[in-house]
Amino acid sequence: MVSGRRLALIAMPVVLIAACGGARGGETTITGAATGASLQGELLVSAAASLADAFAELGSVFEGAHPGVEVHLNLGSSGLLRQQVLEGAPADVFASADMANMARLMDAGETSGDPMIFARNRMEIAIPAGNPAGITGLEDFANDELLIGLCAEQVPCGAYAREVLRNAGVAPSVDSNEPDVRALLTKVEAGELDAGITYLTDVLSTGGAVEGLAIREDVNVMADFPISTLVGASNPEVAARFVAFVLSGQGQTILDGYGFSSP
Amino acid sequence: MTHNTPERRRRGRRPPIVLLILGCLGLALFLIPLAGLMARTPWSELPRLLAGDLVTDALRLSLVTSVLATLIAAVIGVPLAWLMARVEFPGRFLIRGVVTLPLVLPPVVGGAALLFALGRRGLIGDPLGELTGLVLPFSTSGVVLANTFVAMPFLVITVEGALRNLDHRYEAAAATLGAGRWTVLRRVTLPMIAPSLVAGLTLTWARALGEFGATITFAGNLQGRTQTLPLAVFVALESDRDTAVALSLVMVAVSLGVLVMLRERWWKAL
Amino acid sequence: MEGAVDGFGLDASFVARRGPDFRLDLSLSIPPGRTVALLGPNGAGKSTAVDVLAGLLPVESGQITLGGVTLDEPAADRFVPPEQRNVGVVFQDYLLFPHLTAIDNVAFGLRSRRLSREQALARAGGWLERLGLSDMAQRRPGELSGGQSQRVALARALVTEPDLLLLDEPLSALDVTTRARLRRDLAEHLDAFPGPRLLITHDPTEAVLLAEQIHVLEEGKVTQTGSADDIRLRPRTQYAADLAGSNLLVGKASGGRVALDGCELHIPSQVEGEVLVTIRPSAISVHRRRPEGSPRNSWPTRIELIERMGERVRIRTGPPLVLTAEITEEATLALGLIEGDEVWVAIKATEIGVETGAGSELS
Repeated sequence: MVSGRRLALIAMPVVLIAACGGARGGETTITGAATGASLQGELLVSAAASLADAFAELGSVFEGAHPGVEVHLNLGSSGLLRQQVLEGAPADVFASADMANMARLMDAGETSGDPMIFARNRMEIAIPAGNPAGITGLEDFANDELLIGLCAEQVPCGAYAREVLRNAGVAPSVDSNEPDVRALLTKVEAGELDAGITYLTDVLSTGGAVEGLAIREDVNVMADFPISTLVGASNPEVAARFVAFVLSGQGQTILDGYGFSSP
Repeated sequence: MTHNTPERRRRGRRPPIVLLILGCLGLALFLIPLAGLMARTPWSELPRLLAGDLVTDALRLSLVTSVLATLIAAVIGVPLAWLMARVEFPGRFLIRGVVTLPLVLPPVVGGAALLFALGRRGLIGDPLGELTGLVLPFSTSGVVLANTFVAMPFLVITVEGALRNLDHRYEAAAATLGAGRWTVLRRVTLPMIAPSLVAGLTLTWARALGEFGATITFAGNLQGRTQTLPLAVFVALESDRDTAVALSLVMVAVSLGVLVMLRERWWKAL
Repeated sequence: MEGAVDGFGLDASFVARRGPDFRLDLSLSIPPGRTVALLGPNGAGKSTAVDVLAGLLPVESGQITLGGVTLDEPAADRFVPPEQRNVGVVFQDYLLFPHLTAIDNVAFGLRSRRLSREQALARAGGWLERLGLSDMAQRRPGELSGGQSQRVALARALVTEPDLLLLDEPLSALDVTTRARLRRDLAEHLDAFPGPRLLITHDPTEAVLLAEQIHVLEEGKVTQTGSADDIRLRPRTQYAADLAGSNLLVGKASGGRVALDGCELHIPSQVEGEVLVTIRPSAISVHRRRPEGSPRNSWPTRIELIERMGERVRIRTGPPLVLTAEITEEATLALGLIEGDEVWVAIKATEIGVETGAGSELS
């Protein structure tokens, strides 16, 4: 059982090492960098909202290595992003917070090649800084005196959270179904909600404004985040290289730094 | 010559072609998305989808909260409009700006502002909760409040405009006939602005019905308690488009139904 | 100030301001059963006077007393709001409530005074019948003609049996024919009203026919008070002189002649009874000797006043009939006219306007 705080502590040196490692050469390099023709063009990555910070860094590092490439992030909930792709929205890469949405794209023939799981994310209890309501664990989620928020069941985060609660045998008294993780975190941070369940990485991303309470390993759920290039990509080569980068050691290190676990 | 038959000439000239084209474009903007919605509707599935309590809960909640919000807006909005139109006080233009604010602010920002003010840790919400135990967010009352906040400006602005345009000498005439201020309001002022009042109330109700951002931010999203139709649609879009479409259709049907009904009763007499 | 004012009349003497620029200084005393006209050009302050007396505009100083009750007196810190005064007003544009039927309009004042719906409608119906408007009772103001609206407005004001009747240009919104016809009706209704009545108008014909006393109002001040003849014979201001110059006279007509001030004029009308005679100044010709030809109305008189106004010259003739004639400058020079001269005046019978309540007859 690794508490959220401890994980953050562990992650910090990893980030430092990665940074130092990068600084050694004075510039980060990508393993297996291309020789010959340099990559050009714009890359549109549709990524689940929880990947915002991680993919921002991945994107800028990728741009650093390939100056001719511009990475644009289209962030949102996995379900909406999937719908956009199905309706023909331009996207080169899709990174989802669950297999279900990726599978529906596969079934529709929108993915090129096989999707790969590039990260895993465990769930965490999110509480306002200082834990004013004195939450101690999942059992408190059944307390209807408390204001409990979860992501809506239809978004991946919500499905995972409910799975965790089912595993723990807790019937939660939910007061709000937030449309996405950020909305949930905002309300927890403001103290308007006493507790919620989000991804670990999202709790970490608040930098302490929201604190985390670890969930026991035996009831916790590990979310699998898959990534794939899309058939409709306007720039398939750059897309493939980006996916490769995410899956590479360097990419994985970056993801580690935000609290993601390796697949 | 068949062109100049008396019948043709009596009907009058055709409207100017430019206006006709532009007007049709305008109409198309309204009709095309509606057509798109109806094209995607799984008509055979509709009865099953509509029977689910996700839909009935959302519909009931939407109707109740939008009507309540309209009533509250009427009770506090009409007096406000009257003050703004009739009383000369310093900073009147500032008040008008403030009243228009919810129209300009993105509704989510409005919802956030409500949260900061009336949430559990809010400026007023905190002491209010301490004193009375009243917690507004994540409750149906919170939905009503959020709806009132975004929709009331429509009422205030419509009524204020109507009051300004009203020749106040009718009220003077009523006074000389012995009518006290309350009687003047009841028997002269309000009846004379009735068309604008009805239009304002209709707009207010429609806006409240469609409200999403402020509701989801301030009141949350819980089936049966705070999940109104727009919220239900949004969440359904995530995973189940058929339900989302069915819900949207319900909204369109309800709105059209009410508006058509209103037109018959109120606009015929005037 | 004629007559004693007993407890039921209007006694007002005040200064009122409207905006920073306009000041109205008015003193009025109207006993019950009398009509006083406030006659003046636009902008003179007539509407201000209505508003003040109705209670829509408080005075700056002075007092207004009606029926012995003080309505407005700043010095005593007393102001009675309009709904508590019992003043009936007929507004210039009638201000009939557009969303109410004619009968509901008339009943409005009674309903505001807590009369039951049945009683109010009954009395309102009675008044509409008196004014010949019974079949208009269910019509909305938008469906009424000008004349009908005017009568509904009158009924609305009278049904509440007010202590004072204010008529603000009651006929000015009507066309000439309707106006003449309704003027007689109005005269009858005014006579029947027991309280004091104030008529505000810019039309001297109206003032002469409907009021016993005329106050000439100019720029917020009364410049002259008196009967129509007083003003005609001794105008004090240019405006009054212009009024006088329109030669309005009231006399008794019979058998094609009308008796005025001891003079008899031939008129082209066979009407009988009291009439209003109008003679345009330019219709009066001035001669050195008795004129020949057709005019049957001519007499010797003396020139009392010559007023030069550019190309036109106004000549006021003395007894037996004080009139204002208007001739060209050229003619004046040709005749060598000066004040005090003995001259003959002549007026063609056909040029004399005769009005009764039935309509103007200028053939």
